[in-house]
Amino acid sequence: MTMTTSAPVTDATTGTWTVACAGAELEPLWGETVLLAGRQIALIKLSDDELYAVGNQDPHTGAFVMARGIVGSRGDIPTIASPLHKEVYDLRTGAGLSNPALRIDSYPSRIVDGVVEVQLP
Amino acid sequence: MTTTREVLIIGGGPAGHRAADALRARDPELATRITVISEEIHAPYDRVALSQRMESSVDLSLTAQTEWHPDHVSVLSGVAATSIDPIGHTVETSDDRRLPFDQLVMATGSSAPVPDIPGAEHIRVYRTIDDVDWLRDEVARLSVSLGRAPRAVVAGGGLLGLEAAGGLAARGAESSLVHSGPWLMSAQLDQGAGQALGRVIAGKGIALHLGTRPRDIQLTDDGSAVTAVRLANGQVLPADLVVFAIGITPRDELAAAAGLELGPRGGIVIGTDCRTSSPDIFAIGEVASFEGRCTGLVAPANAMAEVVADRLLGGFAEFTTVDDATKLKLAGVDVASFGDALGTTEGALEVVYADPVRGVYQKLVVTDDAKTLLGGMFVGDASPYAMLRPMLGAALGDEPGAYLSAAGGDGPASSELPDSALVCSCNNIEAHTIRDAVNGIGTPDGEACTELGPLKACTRAGAQCGSCVPLVKKILETELVKSGQTVSKALCEHFPLSRQELYETVRVTGLTSFDEIISTYGTGRGCDICKPTIASVIASQHQGYILGEGRAGLQDTNDRALANLQRDGSYSVVPRMPGGEVTPQKLAVIAQVAIDFGLYTKITGGQRIDMFGASLDQLPEIWKRLVDAGFESGQAYGKALRNVKSCVGSTWCRFGVQDAVAMAVRLELRYRGLRAPHKFKFGVSGCARECAEARGKDVGVIATDKGWNMYVGGNGGYQPAHGHLLVGDLDDETLITYIDRYMMYYIRTGDRLQRTARWMEEMEGGLEHVYDVVVNDSLGLADELESAMAKHVENYEDEWAATLRDPERLRRFRTFVNAPEEADPSHLRVPERDQVRPPTDEERAAGKGVLLSGSRIPVREGA
Ligand SMILES: Cc1cc2nc3c(=O)[nH]c(=O)nc-3n(C[C@H](O)[C@H](O)[C@H](O)COP(=O)(O)OP(=O)(O)OC[C@H]3O[C@@H](n4cnc5c(N)ncnc54)[C@H](O)[C@@H]3O)c2cc1C
Ligand code: SF4
Repeated sequence: MTMTTSAPVTDATTGTWTVACAGAELEPLWGETVLLAGRQIALIKLSDDELYAVGNQDPHTGAFVMARGIVGSRGDIPTIASPLHKEVYDLRTGAGLSNPALRIDSYPSRIVDGVVEVQLP
Repeated sequence: MTTTREVLIIGGGPAGHRAADALRARDPELATRITVISEEIHAPYDRVALSQRMESSVDLSLTAQTEWHPDHVSVLSGVAATSIDPIGHTVETSDDRRLPFDQLVMATGSSAPVPDIPGAEHIRVYRTIDDVDWLRDEVARLSVSLGRAPRAVVAGGGLLGLEAAGGLAARGAESSLVHSGPWLMSAQLDQGAGQALGRVIAGKGIALHLGTRPRDIQLTDDGSAVTAVRLANGQVLPADLVVFAIGITPRDELAAAAGLELGPRGGIVIGTDCRTSSPDIFAIGEVASFEGRCTGLVAPANAMAEVVADRLLGGFAEFTTVDDATKLKLAGVDVASFGDALGTTEGALEVVYADPVRGVYQKLVVTDDAKTLLGGMFVGDASPYAMLRPMLGAALGDEPGAYLSAAGGDGPASSELPDSALVCSCNNIEAHTIRDAVNGIGTPDGEACTELGPLKACTRAGAQCGSCVPLVKKILETELVKSGQTVSKALCEHFPLSRQELYETVRVTGLTSFDEIISTYGTGRGCDICKPTIASVIASQHQGYILGEGRAGLQDTNDRALANLQRDGSYSVVPRMPGGEVTPQKLAVIAQVAIDFGLYTKITGGQRIDMFGASLDQLPEIWKRLVDAGFESGQAYGKALRNVKSCVGSTWCRFGVQDAVAMAVRLELRYRGLRAPHKFKFGVSGCARECAEARGKDVGVIATDKGWNMYVGGNGGYQPAHGHLLVGDLDDETLITYIDRYMMYYIRTGDRLQRTARWMEEMEGGLEHVYDVVVNDSLGLADELESAMAKHVENYEDEWAATLRDPERLRRFRTFVNAPEEADPSHLRVPERDQVRPPTDEERAAGKGVLLSGSRIPVREGA
């Protein structure tokens, strides 16, 4: 069994682990969106053992597009840039790096036996 | 009620035009009404730029900084003043009118003299648009009728003669130059400099005959054509064409007849107030004789025009000194002089560097204590000129030799320039005006001009002869550094290299993967700046499918989905329509696709059709239909060729002289898919009426009756720029070769997101350098650039067809991995003008808008 967990960021240690999709559906550095209990969640796999789940909604415009942004880094921080106006967010916490007033949702995620799971609050 | 004063200006050259413009600018209350009487049929034009007309029929019209409402300024083109009545305050004109004036400005300029020698009626001059147009056509006509290069003899080895001889040679004539002085430009240059210049000119294939002058012009037996020019030294030069550029004769004939005082060598005498001997008559420009002489340069003409404008409104401005700095504008020949270049000041010292082998001569003239700059002279390398000229009369911070670039000196730093230094002498712009504009002081809306183009437009510096542009650029950079806006070229935190350096690195190493490039030349994981840049650099060199081989994640928003992302997360789709041409059958397909998928349609600015509102998962279905109907991607999403706009050209239009559509289609099919530092557009017009607005494009092609004029560096957008003529009258194949070279050179050296206009402005040498690279192959790159383009053309593949063929790629187009059938619930629509659009934020909050997926839900009014 392989199990990868990204650092849970919000205090959400409680909540339900929900199956999102098969791990094989994700490619490194390419975001995808899942629809889980009415929420749009962006899944971003950086490598086989680094996976992040963040809200798909771009806080600046309200559009559901974050999964389609470019993945990168700022210093040591893994980042994603909104594809609309290029604000940059910390993938681990959802905190806005280029504009601290903005923030995207972030969710704990893991891969269990080749299946991606996201913990919903 | 105040009465409006009538101001008459005779002469619509640069001086007359500037006087009218300056008066309008200083007279917002409209106390004056201006009439310009202008003998030439052309609208007032920039004579300084006349030689550009040797290339092709470019528009040289001067542009006013002020608005010329017909109620306040009228320009009577093609009308000559025939007499002046200073007492009765009237002027008679060639169209038999008598115009009253309160004040009169004489701006009649000069004519080019022709000596009274046998055969003189066959001598041509080089002074007006008509002169130059005639010469250009005549060289072409003679080349055909003679079946060889026509022979042109130019008399006069000053600035004008050199421009004329150079221009004729560039049109394919075999030029020779006859000059009465012992060396070229003997009025401005000393012997060493003149001889160095002679070697440069002879090296251009122009034969020199110095220390002699034409004695007579020999003709065919029937006297209809020139055969030769006999010189005073007995030599006979075979000739088909004779041009004289031996000086200027002030057009003071009207003034003389009206009894105004004339100078010792002609010209209308003026004082520092630019007033003539008749109090209500002023004289400016070349016709004005100040301190006993007339000056054939535009800088004093502009300065006098400003003085007169001020005086006409009751001011006290004065014209005190003639700035006779000059710089030759001949491609590949660097010559300039300023101040007391010949060192006639008492006790003056000359610091000279001469290198006859390299053809370089540089000299500074300084006071006897070597502290104050009195003048300078440069041949072969005039790079210190722009920087030093404004320091005329100022103290030098270093020993003079340190300013000579040929001797290894760096020249002065721009911070050394006093605020009051005159940077642009043509338009009288001092250093502080430029510094202020960079910092947003005194500019419209306080907007800081932090780029060269806007800075030139806003201050006027460098807008006429252009010789101060390197200095303006230096000042700009110094100011930016001062205010902390560093001009670092590093792409982003991950790469210390500029785009150009990265391009070269990728070219030399042949690397094609981002991971390899960043691990070798950068740090970290990249970002939204370096990833798309590198993707573009790889794409323009290797032409691979942009979503292939691990490159998909590098692509910017739009490239990633091969469509344009809109504000609500849906996409718009633009199929290519080369040259704006489309069949009715294909139009029907577009219409049906838009109906079936509920898309909003709009015609773009680039002669194509945009369909809005598709979700990510609909893109493949939409494109399947479009590709089946023969469409391909329009790359409206890429930093790539967008479209080639064209008019209908000679096929339909009664004015057209070439088939603009065929050329546009050919260009679009050649350059489609080519990725560049920024998006780029082309335009092709079928005649000089320019209905396709080609000069507003990165490459503009305008038909002439002999071929095509190629313009470069135009763009629209928030800093619009008109394209500059690169070369005129090209045949189809040469046009394409030059576009290949031009575009590839841009792709290689442009900065990230730098359009061609800014790229050329920022480049050392600007348009001239680009001309040298593209036309003269001065860098020896032509073959490389052409074969890079050939590779692009050969490997082009429609991105959408390629995507549809490959199930792995198609997988990327899904909205939800876990619910492929689910429509994106955020794409709501409301009806508007019989189509649909996304709801506004307020409408969304109020729960308006329906979910629309494909044609599954019809839209109804009031939904
Ligand atoms: C090829 C060339 C290159 C040059 N390069 C440079 C350069 O690099 N730098 C520089 O400083 N200068 C240069 N000059 C000189 C510059 O062009 C002139 O100094 C400038 O044009 C003078 O302007 P002006 O208005 O006084 O006279 P003009 O330009 O001669 O204009 C006078 C106008 O008045 C008209 N006119 C005359 N009499 C009448 C009448 N009775 N009724 C109605 N209209 C009349 C004439 O037809 C003409 O159109 C160049 C000139 C030429 C020809
Ligand atoms: S540019 Fe010339 S050819 Fe083209 S439409 Fe206009 S008038 Fe006709």
